Amino acid sequence: MSMPYYVAPEQVMKDRAEYAQKGIARGRSLVATTYDVGIAMVAENPSRSLHKISEIYDRIAFGGVGKYNEYDQLRVAGVRHADTKGYAYSREDVDARSLANLYAQYLGNVFTHEMKPLEVEILVAELGEAQNQLYHIAYEGTITDEDRFAVLGGDAETITERVSAAWQADWDLVTAVKAATTALAGPDRTLAAGDLEVAILTGGNGRRTFRRIDEGELAQLLA
Amino acid sequence: MALPLFPPDRDPGPDFVGLLRITSSQPDAPARALEALTPVQAPHGTTVVALRYLDGVVMAGDRRATAGNIIAHHAMQKVFPADRFSAVAIAGTAGMAIEMVRLFQVQLEHYEKVEGATLSLEGKANQLAQMVRQHLPLAMQGLAVVPLFAGFDTARLTGRIFNYDVTGGHYEDTDFQATGSGGRDARSTIKLGWREGLGRDDAVDLAIQSLYDAADEDSATGGPDLVRGIYPIIAVVDAAGYREVPEDEVAERFGALIARKQAERAS
Repeated sequence: MSMPYYVAPEQVMKDRAEYAQKGIARGRSLVATTYDVGIAMVAENPSRSLHKISEIYDRIAFGGVGKYNEYDQLRVAGVRHADTKGYAYSREDVDARSLANLYAQYLGNVFTHEMKPLEVEILVAELGEAQNQLYHIAYEGTITDEDRFAVLGGDAETITERVSAAWQADWDLVTAVKAATTALAGPDRTLAAGDLEVAILTGGNGRRTFRRIDEGELAQLLA
Repeated sequence: MALPLFPPDRDPGPDFVGLLRITSSQPDAPARALEALTPVQAPHGTTVVALRYLDGVVMAGDRRATAGNIIAHHAMQKVFPADRFSAVAIAGTAGMAIEMVRLFQVQLEHYEKVEGATLSLEGKANQLAQMVRQHLPLAMQGLAVVPLFAGFDTARLTGRIFNYDVTGGHYEDTDFQATGSGGRDARSTIKLGWREGLGRDDAVDLAIQSLYDAADEDSATGGPDLVRGIYPIIAVVDAAGYREVPEDEVAERFGALIARKQAERAS
């Protein structure tokens, strides 16, 4: 019987983290921010059909960056969790916090126990009655909650600096989307409506608050 | 509760009922235990109608639920939105029917969210048929559920109506349909008043007239309750989606109908 080589746990974790970070950095980033009457999510995504941002439940949206098949699987699991819970109890009993915790547990579990960590970062956004909540969950299961804005992706640090510099409390949708777009683009590029995927959570449209902003409408917003 | 993730060969896809079957620990309906019992006297919902008009469909249902000769409920809702562009109305055992509608609503929304696309109107009608068929064993015990499904077909740009039987058989009706104990009477009224290109107001009035006539002939169908202010629920589905006709408007239209009847008798 051959003995496996001893590798220090610190080293294992470091390697896995590096691997996941590299995978995430290959994809484009996402910015989510609250604005005066809701939450806006802006992602750099030239695809019209492979979404980074989606609806989970009446007041909850999902955002994912990194490897598409991995975060899409998590998105579907989120929809399943929310729908089963809402069906078993009541629609009011579905909340983002418990879903974010489940995601965090799952990602943490995969990170420590599986060969390969998930190369994703996800966001669970909830339009609250009083206060909006953004839960940011990293590849290793770290969960942070924000009530202003969240940035996901490889360039998160620099983009966060840019959003932070522009951020105002209760800004309107146009200003928020423009600022998020500029932050995603950086100083050397400009992003047009065709390069972006934008969706909002906002009231006034009945039970389901999630709405995608299509390319035409987005072009008007950015103009 | 764990995150509902499945290996590819066990994945239920966008099927919410399939998902419940895998995740739910609820026992199946106790069909066996029920066999020994005499037929249950559970509340029954009665008359519902649907008719096509120029821009879509109108769907209406009375508010009475009966258990044998007893009025079980005075203000039951029998017309529900299925999703943005369709409505479902129920006749039969109320408890089962309302649960079926709830499951149907979740199923349609679940499909839409998982797949990122809405089902076609035909697809929705088939989904409902499967639910009715699965219910057949209980229907055989006297707990039948017979829905009526109608919606605006966003591909064909017209209203469409589907009628069901207890076995899940579903048949498309081009112009109008009614079901439940007073369904025959309601249908006769609509048959006489229906014409191609009916306007929205005329269609709502015709639905009101049909429920009035059904209540006149069938004891299980509730008429307008002027004392409590309970009127049938009437929904309209057109290109703009599902909307309920405001209660004030229904009351006003019923008032006009009653005034007309009284004037006819007085003259």
